[in-house]
Amino acid sequence: MATQDAPDLVDDLLAGKHRALARTITKIENRSAGYRDIVSALYPHTGDADVVGITGSPGSGKSTLVDKMAKQYRDAGEEVGVIAVDPSSPFTGGAVLGDRIRMASTSTDMDVFFRSMSARGSLGGLSTATADAVKALDAFGKDKIIVETVGAGQSEVDIVKTADTVAVLVPPSSGDDVQMLKAGILEIGDVFVVNKADLTGADKTVTELKNMLDMREADPGDWTPEVVETIAKSGEGVENFLGVLDDHTDWLDESGRREQQRHQRHAEELRNLLREDASDLLADELAARGGIDELVERIDAGETTPYDIADDVVGPLAECLEAQRD
Amino acid sequence: MSQESQRNIRCLVAKVGLDGHDRGAHVITRAFRDAGFEVIYSGLHKAPEEIVQAAVQEDVDVLGISILSGAHNTLVPKIVEGLQEYDAFEDTLIIVGGIIPEEDRDGLEEDGVDAIFGPGTPMEETIEFIRENVQPRD
Repeated sequence: MATQDAPDLVDDLLAGKHRALARTITKIENRSAGYRDIVSALYPHTGDADVVGITGSPGSGKSTLVDKMAKQYRDAGEEVGVIAVDPSSPFTGGAVLGDRIRMASTSTDMDVFFRSMSARGSLGGLSTATADAVKALDAFGKDKIIVETVGAGQSEVDIVKTADTVAVLVPPSSGDDVQMLKAGILEIGDVFVVNKADLTGADKTVTELKNMLDMREADPGDWTPEVVETIAKSGEGVENFLGVLDDHTDWLDESGRREQQRHQRHAEELRNLLREDASDLLADELAARGGIDELVERIDAGETTPYDIADDVVGPLAECLEAQRD
Repeated sequence: MSQESQRNIRCLVAKVGLDGHDRGAHVITRAFRDAGFEVIYSGLHKAPEEIVQAAVQEDVDVLGISILSGAHNTLVPKIVEGLQEYDAFEDTLIIVGGIIPEEDRDGLEEDGVDAIFGPGTPMEETIEFIRENVQPRD
């Protein structure tokens, strides 16, 4: 299977083979040769799944909540895919991907496809890889796809934005109002989940969140973010939470925002791909000019500046494109 | 187009059956992480089916099974069978760590285990073995 051709892999995935789905995601993660053809071939088979993004600070209970969500979806006869993103070491690239350990309610159920991904610290490509992995799960026939990520940093926010609906977990007493503003989480959440609601301070956190949400600027017709309480460990409040997710999905359809969201997502995808391709082109060009180090040495020696070199490298490319355009 | 491939070795560290000792598994998990691997730890008391599910879905290059309970002769074949069922046996490197009596080693290797590392094996030896023997995924 290691040398399987792309078309075979796509056929096997569409036929429902778990191994083919797993290998497809590996190729997407590794950016193996030919991965783009695979994603391209999967594209027409996507668009049917509801994608939920879950984010929140470490220890807020994301994985436990995801486990309970998957269980409820399974009980309702839905097929579930989960992608859990964990940080990796910027020094060794190594990572311990620990979210799977919480998936106790649905273990041995192969119709819950759980995949751990590490933030490989690559050129901001993680959100692209996650979005493509979601497509693979979607094409495979999953009804509900959950993307779970640590809510710290811009790249994680970007990942979560690949979801139709975003839930932000807030642990009780997680700091004063300013902390919440600082994290910038208010803008991205469609639903705010105060998890571990049995702990003291939960009521206060709910009130604070509601106050903050009231103050945000919204256009008429916008979705009004909801605040719900859960105790993921016991499953309390999870049904209500899923109800709110459904409400948001319905709203997306009725308000016409789903189309708008799709459009924005496609635009973002295209931009990311172009950026990657352009930077690859330039990397080749730099290599042809003797490598980046040689150029940088000239800057070190004070002979030139980064701006001059950038102009020098990109100039011919721009000319070439201009000539083609006519 | 110079599509730069970004390959990391992925590894599942698995504790299977009624064996509550995971100090060794934790140490291994950390060492693998520091070697630059992506490590998924199964948690304690997993059934062979759960290990198979995780290995298949995560598409790991390496499955490291830690067994200290003496039940390796029944548990390991079950895992191998499960992997075969999902076409995941051929390209997964299977290593076993823990207390494995000398007389059981040949049998496990016949079942499909690629290497057995007993107590006292230097961590570098295990990591080196993995680096040299993983099957390419591309």
